[in-house]
Amino acid sequence: MIPLEYFTLLSAFLFCVGIYGALTRRNVIGILISIELILNAANINLVAFNKYLGTKDALGQIFSLFVIAIAAAASVVGLVLIIAIYRNAKTLFTDGLTLMKD
Amino acid sequence: MHIAHFIPLFPFLAFVIDILIGRRLKIASAYIATGACVLSFIFSLKVYQDFSCGAGSYDLGTWLVIAGKPLNFGIIIDPLSIMMLLIVSFIGTFILIYSIGYMHDDPRFSRYFAYISLFMSSMLGLVLADNFILLLIFWEGVGLCSYLLIAFWHERPAAAAAGLKAFVTTRIGDTGFLIGILLLFFTCGTFHFTDLKSVTGPEPLLTIAAILIFMGAMGKSAQFPLHVWLPDAMEGPTAVSALIHAATMVAAGVYLVARCFPLFVAHPIALQTVAVIGGISALMAASMATVNNDIKRVLAYSTISQLGLMMLGLGLGSVSAGTFHLMTHAFFKALLFLCAGSVIHSVGIQDIQKMGGLFSKMKITGTTFCIGTLALAGVPPFAGFWSKDEILLTAWQNHHPVFLILALLTSLLTAFYMARLIFLVLFGTARSQMHPHESPMSMTIPLMVLSIFAFGAGFWGAPIKEGFIEGESHGAGMIMTISTLVSLTGLLTAYLIYVRRITLLPLSVLNSLQGLKTLLINKYYIDEIYDRVLIQPCLRLCRASFDFDSNIVDGLVNAMAFVTQYCSGVIRRSQTGLIQNYLLIQVFGVVLLLIWLLKL
Repeated sequence: MIPLEYFTLLSAFLFCVGIYGALTRRNVIGILISIELILNAANINLVAFNKYLGTKDALGQIFSLFVIAIAAAASVVGLVLIIAIYRNAKTLFTDGLTLMKD
Repeated sequence: MHIAHFIPLFPFLAFVIDILIGRRLKIASAYIATGACVLSFIFSLKVYQDFSCGAGSYDLGTWLVIAGKPLNFGIIIDPLSIMMLLIVSFIGTFILIYSIGYMHDDPRFSRYFAYISLFMSSMLGLVLADNFILLLIFWEGVGLCSYLLIAFWHERPAAAAAGLKAFVTTRIGDTGFLIGILLLFFTCGTFHFTDLKSVTGPEPLLTIAAILIFMGAMGKSAQFPLHVWLPDAMEGPTAVSALIHAATMVAAGVYLVARCFPLFVAHPIALQTVAVIGGISALMAASMATVNNDIKRVLAYSTISQLGLMMLGLGLGSVSAGTFHLMTHAFFKALLFLCAGSVIHSVGIQDIQKMGGLFSKMKITGTTFCIGTLALAGVPPFAGFWSKDEILLTAWQNHHPVFLILALLTSLLTAFYMARLIFLVLFGTARSQMHPHESPMSMTIPLMVLSIFAFGAGFWGAPIKEGFIEGESHGAGMIMTISTLVSLTGLLTAYLIYVRRITLLPLSVLNSLQGLKTLLINKYYIDEIYDRVLIQPCLRLCRASFDFDSNIVDGLVNAMAFVTQYCSGVIRRSQTGLIQNYLLIQVFGVVLLLIWLLKL
């Protein structure tokens, strides 16, 4: 059986990749994908901890299903926003999007 | 409500109408103002006719209660106020008629008549007021109108400056006046003129109060230390000079002293101050008039000088002499100013050295100008002779040889400068290119009417006759003869110098007089002294205060603003508007929080 640490390490690695992507990608779509990675890292943790530490019921799995569903909804909203941004600003690169300052 | 209460109301109504819708009324605004003035005159005549029951005070109800003493909207009806009412409304009417012609193409035609109406209203109120506070209100009212009308052509910097000078200079006197009124109230507890006969109080205080009240009169009547504004006031329209700065407003100071006369009589030092100031002003202004070349300024100096004579008459203890001269002077000086206005209207210049030979071109103006001159010079039987004689006689009877000589010298100079004026303006040959023409009817009719009064007003002394007849007692004939001789000497000297061009004195004497002439042309350097001693230090103080304010007070505020601005400028740089930067900071924050929590 694979030890729990491997799962947490994988999850931590995915989380870091996600954070790194969200901070450094210039493209908005890239940032959205990175956020999905962060959510998946959380899902791995939920499932792994439920399997190794949890009770008989599949609470972690159910929770991760919720996360997947909500993430799907969230990315729909995100894509809509991206289209709206593109229509207004004619760009998807974040260094052109400084509306909060101007 | 007494009938006299209506007198100041008519011009005030005319003022309200003219100031609100005058521009739409165009020439009708002048008719409204003139009509109101005529109504005031008719009512004044009615008051004069009804006057029999002796002096009376009629009030319209209590206005204020000060320290338990009621202050009423009261008017006083006595020979003095009736005389002033008649003079003001009568001369005012004719000057308004004259103004219709004189101002006919002015862009602010209706505004002019509105101001004049306000002036008439204030002036009529002033002579009717029966207490100091009411009088002071109207006193300031005429001062305001004087300012507005001197600076009427405010596009000209000289006119604007003259208006300001008149206002500030009279204000100095008015400050003294107000202090005097309050001093009188706090020592005697009264504001009413009728109570002045019986006031008693601690001695030096009442004398000081009287002198302070006289200060107000000095400012208004342009007496010696405060006389500087009147010659400059000639920047205003000439009809204004005739009405305000010759006949009525400047006489308000004389009226005030006459009105408070019981107070002055009871305090000889105050009375003597009046006489001394009057005497100095009379001689000094007359001497300045002999060298001036501006037709209106000569008349302005003459006005100061004649007002000085009135003050002298009052100061020597004779109300009738002072007020009688006030009345005759109002007629002939208004006439002279209107003549000067007619001349200026016709030729467009004011320098008498450039005029000459106008008599043949302007018969009516010329004749009336001569009548006014003879009246002012004091040639019998013109009006000025009788009233000036009263003053000379008072000086003689009260044994004041110094004042008598002063008054005689003044009349000598008066005859001289007036003769010089008409010889240079009306006779001889033209000294520059001019196209003179007689003025329109609306201007010549007032001239003719006023010249009748300038000739005959001396015989009409009705409200103040008593003192006039008593004067026949002793020395009267001698004084009359001397006065006539003095006037004729003045006229003859001017004739010899300015018409026959004879040098009366040897050249060496003339050369030594050159210094005196420079002194006179520069008006005794009084304007310069005031400038050095008062105005410049005041301006320096103002400039220092301004610098303190703009550098230190404003500097502190600006420094605080600058610090705030600088700090916010630094902090603002963290707000890049890039969401990823915010996220980065957030991540760092979480990491730091984790380290902190885990370390614990």
